[in-house]
Amino acid sequence: MTKLDRRTAAVHPVDHIAHSHRLRWPEALPWLLIAATYLLFPSYLALGSQVLIMVLFALSLDLVLGYAGIVTLGHAAFFGLGAYTAGLLAAHGWSEPISALFAAAVVAGAFGAASGAIILRTSGLTLLMLTLAVVSLLAEAANKADSITGGADGLQGIVINPLLGRFDFDLYGRTAYLYCAAVLLVMWYVVRRLVHSPFGRSLTGIRENRLRMHAIGAPVRRRLVTAYAIGAAVAGVAGALQAQTTQFVALNVISFHLSAAVLIILIFGGAGRLYGAFVGAPIYMVAQDMLSRLDPVYWFFWVGLLLVLVVLFARGGILGCVDGVRRRWP
Amino acid sequence: MARLGTLLCALAFGATVAATPPARAAETVKVGVILAYSGQAAASVKQMDEAINLYMKLHGKELGDTKLDLIRRDDTGPNPDMAKRLARELITRDKVNLLAGFYFTPNINAVAPLATEAKVPVIIMNAATSASIRLSPYLVRVSQTLWQQSYPLGQWAGHHGIKRAYIAVTDYGPGHDAEAAFARGFTEAGGTVVGHVEMPLKNADYVPFLQRIKDEKPDALFVFVPGSRDAAALMRAYSDLGLAAAGVRLIGTGDIVPDNELAEMGNVPDGVVTIGLYSAVADRPANKAFVAAWKAEYGPDAVPSPFAVGAWDGMAAIFHVVKAQHGKIDPDRTMQLLKGWRDDDSPRGPIMIDPQTRDIVQNMYIRKLERVNGKLANVEVETIPMVQDPWPKLNPPK
Repeated sequence: MTKLDRRTAAVHPVDHIAHSHRLRWPEALPWLLIAATYLLFPSYLALGSQVLIMVLFALSLDLVLGYAGIVTLGHAAFFGLGAYTAGLLAAHGWSEPISALFAAAVVAGAFGAASGAIILRTSGLTLLMLTLAVVSLLAEAANKADSITGGADGLQGIVINPLLGRFDFDLYGRTAYLYCAAVLLVMWYVVRRLVHSPFGRSLTGIRENRLRMHAIGAPVRRRLVTAYAIGAAVAGVAGALQAQTTQFVALNVISFHLSAAVLIILIFGGAGRLYGAFVGAPIYMVAQDMLSRLDPVYWFFWVGLLLVLVVLFARGGILGCVDGVRRRWP
Repeated sequence: MARLGTLLCALAFGATVAATPPARAAETVKVGVILAYSGQAAASVKQMDEAINLYMKLHGKELGDTKLDLIRRDDTGPNPDMAKRLARELITRDKVNLLAGFYFTPNINAVAPLATEAKVPVIIMNAATSASIRLSPYLVRVSQTLWQQSYPLGQWAGHHGIKRAYIAVTDYGPGHDAEAAFARGFTEAGGTVVGHVEMPLKNADYVPFLQRIKDEKPDALFVFVPGSRDAAALMRAYSDLGLAAAGVRLIGTGDIVPDNELAEMGNVPDGVVTIGLYSAVADRPANKAFVAAWKAEYGPDAVPSPFAVGAWDGMAAIFHVVKAQHGKIDPDRTMQLLKGWRDDDSPRGPIMIDPQTRDIVQNMYIRKLERVNGKLANVEVETIPMVQDPWPKLNPPK
């Protein structure tokens, strides 16, 4: 018996699963930090909002990759769809932000369901290439349709009404930050409920042993497509937040580049743990901000080095490291 | 007792120091420079940054005791979210007086509303889409627009014996601008566009496109491709397929013959005609001095590109407003000073900011690609004086 088994043996496995949905006190930590950032660093809120948006985006990828085990390089397709949905609505007179979030979620979710139904028939490298193809196709479509999307010059004329009719999106980004934090809180709660539900459990089952799930009669593909669509909808909300807080959308929201960046963030933090996104995004983006300030030309080198170190020495990401330490010194 | 005396002395000294006004406080002007230091445009942006550094080195003393503080930020490429966030931080946290730089159009388009909201003048050193300048009254452009190049080239081609032309451009915003502008100028001068093709942005192989064009046998092929790698690949395809021998002349914007890439282009047939705002071999005294200073700083083989000249003149504009206001920058006064600002000593010849459009007015040069002392060079053969951007007249504001 290893140390791990002995420690967890105290709790009956069934109890462990039955109680895992209960909130524990460390889960308040990210929210305390988010509130503290607002109070302590009022001049860093623009960066703060972008970090929160990336947290939400990485959280949606965690559902797809970390829990359902769908390896994707095309997750930015849904982020971009959400961004363009919110952007186009706002540019054509629909300036109310919260309803536009719902619209973005519906559009991205529907596209996720449709494309998922096709590409999730495959797996492994084929699936990886197909996700890449989907994001490339969408990006090219957005580039070609420049009378609608503004093409490479970006979508202009986005007007966002004050939040709830009262709070203007100000120059310092206070409203944007609180708005992003509130949306993230709601989406986090939804995703958390989901991964601890029987549905979420079956996703983990599919990830760990697909054949066995088939054998016990679980509708594997339907579950995967559903998870993919929900992940897409959450990513769409993140994209819409980005469009609304930046009040501009351009082709970079649907790019392989962004898909890869969010994957790196999740690997940094630790996939399949729900909180990997909360750890990875701030570290990656703050490191990027500080390094690019010190060295505007070669900062990418240092980000790359950091990633190599994480992949070499901290396989489960930063949270995986933390777990490892706790296991060694319980 | 002694201690009390010391204390009193210290107090008295402190009071005198506090009461004496500082001997002429040196003003500090902060300029946020947002450029794509990393990513696909890094090579061109390096040239821009070198020009900024060289200008500071050669002209820094002219500011007297005013301190010019350049705060550089990397927007990593066509990444408007990042550019806007950086601009927001430069404005709210670093309290910059001016913004400058901007290589990519979407980035300046995203920042424009911030410039209006915060009243921060922006000097665009590269982004070349005509419509951008209308997005805020606080924008000024010192680089160029694609209409400013392609439209006069179309007219020149129509008036110089080219009857049938084929258009090949890269399939994105600036390419579409170049195509529309050339087609308009060319047809107005009596030419016929016999065909056009939009080539994918990430495409290193121009052979299939050029083969099809060769079969069409036009008098000339007009091309716009961005970036130095594409320019070199295009030139190779043009000479390999023997389009020159087949009677198809190659014409285009200066982007297909970047001065700093010519050394690597190899065997290019004679007779390539381009239009451009700047050639490193131009014999204007201001340019000779500029190129000499460039080589002294960055080595005998270094050649400044049009990107460098855009950044250089951007610095000249910044110095102009800083000197005129003695370091106390007022945004509206700055815009007044920039509208109609004229500089006859730019390496590219006389330049002026159009007071109405806030866009640059400059000479456009028709250049032939020739060997000078064994090295390829863009030799200026004709000057079209003081060209305004034709786009605003053709597209009046709604």
